[in-house]
Amino acid sequence: MAAEGKIALKLRIRRYNPEDRPDPWWDEYDLECSPMDRLLDALNEVKWRIDGTLSMRRSCAHGICGSDAMMINGQNALACKVMVKDVAPKCTVEPIRGLPVIKDLIVDMEPFMDAYKAVLPFLINDTEPPDTERLQTEEEHQKFEDTTKCILCAACTTSCPIFWGDDGYMGPAAIVNAHRFIMDSRDEAGRTRLKILSGKEGAFRCRTTFNCTEACPRGINVTRAIQEVKRATMFDRF
Amino acid sequence: MTTTHTYDSVIIGAGGAGLRAAIESSDKVKTAVISKLYPTRSHTGAAQGGMCAALANVEEDSPEWHTFDTVKGGDYLVDQPAAELMCREAIDAVYELEHWGLPFNRTPEGKLDQRRFGGHTRNHGEAPVKRAVYSADRTGHMILQTLYQQCIKRDVRFFNEFYVLDLIMTGGVCGGVVAYELATGELHVFKAKSVVFATGGFGRIFKVTSCAHTLTGDGPAVVWRRGVPLEDMEMFQIHPTGIYKMGILLSEAVRGEGGILLNSENERFMERYAPTVKDLAPRDMVSRAIYQEIKEGRGIGPGKDGVYLDVRHLPKEVIEEKLPDVTEFARLYLGVEPTTEPVPIQPTAHYAMGGIPTDVDGRGVTGSEETVIPGLYAAGECACVSVHGANRLGTNSLLDIVVFGKRSGAAAAEDAMNAPEPSAAEAPETDTAALLQGILDSGGDQKVVDIRTELQDNMFDKAGVIRTDGSLREMQEIIGVLRERAERVAIHDKGKIFNSDLMEAVELRFLLDCAENLVVAALARTESRGGHWRDDYPVRDDENWLKHTLSYRQPDGSIKLEFKPVKMGPYVPMERKY
Repeated sequence: MAAEGKIALKLRIRRYNPEDRPDPWWDEYDLECSPMDRLLDALNEVKWRIDGTLSMRRSCAHGICGSDAMMINGQNALACKVMVKDVAPKCTVEPIRGLPVIKDLIVDMEPFMDAYKAVLPFLINDTEPPDTERLQTEEEHQKFEDTTKCILCAACTTSCPIFWGDDGYMGPAAIVNAHRFIMDSRDEAGRTRLKILSGKEGAFRCRTTFNCTEACPRGINVTRAIQEVKRATMFDRF
Repeated sequence: MTTTHTYDSVIIGAGGAGLRAAIESSDKVKTAVISKLYPTRSHTGAAQGGMCAALANVEEDSPEWHTFDTVKGGDYLVDQPAAELMCREAIDAVYELEHWGLPFNRTPEGKLDQRRFGGHTRNHGEAPVKRAVYSADRTGHMILQTLYQQCIKRDVRFFNEFYVLDLIMTGGVCGGVVAYELATGELHVFKAKSVVFATGGFGRIFKVTSCAHTLTGDGPAVVWRRGVPLEDMEMFQIHPTGIYKMGILLSEAVRGEGGILLNSENERFMERYAPTVKDLAPRDMVSRAIYQEIKEGRGIGPGKDGVYLDVRHLPKEVIEEKLPDVTEFARLYLGVEPTTEPVPIQPTAHYAMGGIPTDVDGRGVTGSEETVIPGLYAAGECACVSVHGANRLGTNSLLDIVVFGKRSGAAAAEDAMNAPEPSAAEAPETDTAALLQGILDSGGDQKVVDIRTELQDNMFDKAGVIRTDGSLREMQEIIGVLRERAERVAIHDKGKIFNSDLMEAVELRFLLDCAENLVVAALARTESRGGHWRDDYPVRDDENWLKHTLSYRQPDGSIKLEFKPVKMGPYVPMERKY
């Protein structure tokens, strides 16, 4: 029986440490948590009090820095946005899939960042700006507002079955960030980006499984953004 | 194996200040950015409400009014020429971000929209003014993303997940840093003519805080250990509206958009404390008002130690469209529906006004004469220019990081172009290697988490919103004991790959350094000003205390205090009423 106000949580964590053993293994930890604890709090409890070798990335602990994306009961999420009450009494935690695992829940983010950088993720506008702001209507702003919310956590890309099978595929996050600029009325390089996205590892590899939209901790409609990019490519209209 | 790198300019930290400095520096000299996180994980991204600049897009405004508000908001401990400069440069700083693509909310005419924020007023306090440009309630996220995008465009060199653990100082000249690579456990020496610290704050010295786990004061602690003083460390801002028990920030923009605070009797109590601007009084005043309500038995929650933030009367579209993230936080972390229920909140440790003393170009300075420390620069929360004085106004931190990030990056690059090669210290990594090996080899009986938790609990109670001579002396003794225990910490992880167990043990020492500097300065300052409230000295004392504190590390590890005058300007200290 758990103490008053606490609930039992059995954490099953996929471990890996090449300094220690050549292959991954599973560890189980029995905890007592408050129902309104974050899963990240539970992982910290393990790290700080039971096993200091358990390794994961974390920083802000409220879903804005994007450090702690992991696979939680089979679904990608940020550990700081999953409440213990919603996963107790048993929770399985694994690293996100499709990127090389370095240690425990930590993956190599470089391939993901390379795909992001490949879509030229910065405003391109060679026209001399005015002394004040460039004008943009709120309607124009709303065309790309959703995709500005991306925090580069990789939850979407590493939930995508196409990406699992082909790590050359640039993945949803890169397309989301391309969308953010293609649909921005102030940007002048939409065609260049659409050309990058229409390549063989680009947006047309998407098979609209919607995993990415479900995985996004920021609530971005990722699949819709990818569809808008595909449409813009086909009709050269954006 | 230690690797040595040589750069003209090295920037530590990749939040708003570090990235803005990098943009400026990398255009001119060979530059590297070292960050213990991926840049977009930095806590600038958590800033919500906005960034103030007197654009006058929505209402009449002027940089002079903004300066006045900043000086008064800072309870006259602000260096007035620096505030004047920041508020003047704010306008171009906003337009520059817009030209780089930052997606601000717009007015019907397509200009940048502006909203109200605490302490920002029209014509020297007449009424709240709409001065903050914003992107919904994720303005910091958009600033961080936009600056990182500009760094990608410029192909800036980053060393991500590298922890800077020591400063290389030779004969009073800064010549680089020593860093630990988390992925490999190797040490790296970065030799540089200019070193810019932009490492953010140290809110993790407190139990309830809006600050990220990573905000452990590494920058201030590292330079302090090498003889650089820290300025105004007693000035720490406790933000009034953190999520009850968790401390996660609920932006002041909630009140800017019309949200109000209620006590257990359903009374809008801020009407009593600040009759003119009410819930939009500066943060220090609102936090103290909440504490007063709690003290007088009008708190809410199981411990009667919070109050409510209420937005039920606001139009649903304002809540959903202008405050979407904050609304989600309340739903997720409290299980509260803000459109129909009041949200339980409590004050949360938020922002360090103090830090590494600099001039307005980010150059590190020491002593009451402000002697420049060649090669050392700082910007953002880890620095003290001082534009925030004893209490920072909301939105002025995002402004600070872009204005002084830029200026420090420019000065660092310019000075590097004219500076000789730094004289090579012999094996500068020796001390760091010994520190790390000592922790790895320790068979001690102490856990990092126990010491850290005791520090955080006690700091919040004894050196938080309300302080006294007694509480601070107790805290000083506790820190002494915790320091001794920290020497006996043992860790589990002895490996080289991603040993965050080891880094947390080092960060604990940085936290203790920052906490002790705060407590010693707070003990000395026998008055109440801004974020520093002494129950035993409840009045501001301009005759004796219109001055900054400087705290130095002595060779025996104790702290020595010095003082330097506040740089005054047109604004004569007056009673702070709102």
